[in-house]
Amino acid sequence: MSDASKPEISRRRFIGGGAAAAAGLAIAPGVFLTEVSRARPADQPASAENRWGMLIDTTKCAEGCDACVRGCQQENGWGGPNSNEKHSSALQKSQWIRIVNVRDKETGFAATLPMMCQHCEHPPCVDVCPTGASMKRADGIVLVDRHICIGCRYCMMACPYKARSFVHEDLRDQLPTAPRGKGCVESCTLCVHRVDRDGPDAVPACAEACAAEGHDAFIFGDLNDPNSRISEALAKHGGTKIRDDLGLNQGVRYRGI
Amino acid sequence: MVRLLRLLRSLLLAAGLASLGLPLAVQAEVPLPKVPEAQKRVSETQGCVEPVEVMRKKHYEFLEHQRDDTLRRGIRTRKYSLEECINCHVPPPESGKLVRIESKEHFCNSCHSYAAVHIDCFQCHRDTPLPGKVSGHKTGSRLLGTAPPTMESLKLASEGDVR
Repeated sequence: MSDASKPEISRRRFIGGGAAAAAGLAIAPGVFLTEVSRARPADQPASAENRWGMLIDTTKCAEGCDACVRGCQQENGWGGPNSNEKHSSALQKSQWIRIVNVRDKETGFAATLPMMCQHCEHPPCVDVCPTGASMKRADGIVLVDRHICIGCRYCMMACPYKARSFVHEDLRDQLPTAPRGKGCVESCTLCVHRVDRDGPDAVPACAEACAAEGHDAFIFGDLNDPNSRISEALAKHGGTKIRDDLGLNQGVRYRGI
Repeated sequence: MVRLLRLLRSLLLAAGLASLGLPLAVQAEVPLPKVPEAQKRVSETQGCVEPVEVMRKKHYEFLEHQRDDTLRRGIRTRKYSLEECINCHVPPPESGKLVRIESKEHFCNSCHSYAAVHIDCFQCHRDTPLPGKVSGHKTGSRLLGTAPPTMESLKLASEGDVR
């Protein structure tokens, strides 16, 4: 039983904090010689203690800017001028993230926003997958297991956000962190390779590119941790889940729409 | 027509040898696959992450286990990672030698084409090391030979001159 008078600190976090203090040589309070990774060790599985999410402030999105899309393309090796999809039409080519312009007909209010896999808590793509290839990790990241994907594309039909693409042709020279190939469906992975490496300090490629452009519209973080930057921002300003009426409880939230 | 005759002759010859009780003579002519040597060793005493006999029999089990652990559970240990296999067993692009999976000089294909076991791994996975990728396993990758690595030898390894 937890005692209400005790400060809210889990055993794991306490031990983690102790280890961090021991590993990083403190030269002054709060100043460390070595940076201590808050990521879990490589041999530990992703845990349901985390729920990774992203908050996108569309008011910071500049019109005509596609830095996030280019950042994702570079990181994951899809699309762009050097696309390794040589024969597919523009509609067939993969699109892990895209820029969408929305406009309220009544008021004329317009916004530009990046749209990608929303990493739902109750993902329809997982519901419809006949093989179990479409899956959600313990920490809420929705992925396609290409090892068992048969390319039926049911998930593409089921996704309300049109977030998934199908690879139509033979590819080569993929990046080791983003294997992808013909006959499989794919979508945003929330840069899962970075999340596994850096934990709460991870910055997905889209967010990194956006920050480099000076817009800084993305906040990545742990929705389960009330002290994370994303949770604090959500508590302060709130966030919109697109098509919240579907009750999917997405990990990706928006501001300013 | 000539081909057919040749085939007939070899069949007759094989039948003849078999009847003479000499099947071994025919078997010995089957060439063994030429498996290319790895670019580096895991340690001085050990070539690969497991003894060669174990790797030969079980590498697919290691890889299959690793693939599910990595994708589904986010466990990213490097020991049985396919990327590390490629980094060690396929010449780096800096060597100027591009060895694709279709080639019999590709480590995986050298055996798999011989055994007629088709692998789909490289429809999605990269078949060559990423440019500039040097390091191997965390257990301390060593270059071939007994001397400890020097800056010179490390440079050579990164530039891909090591055989």
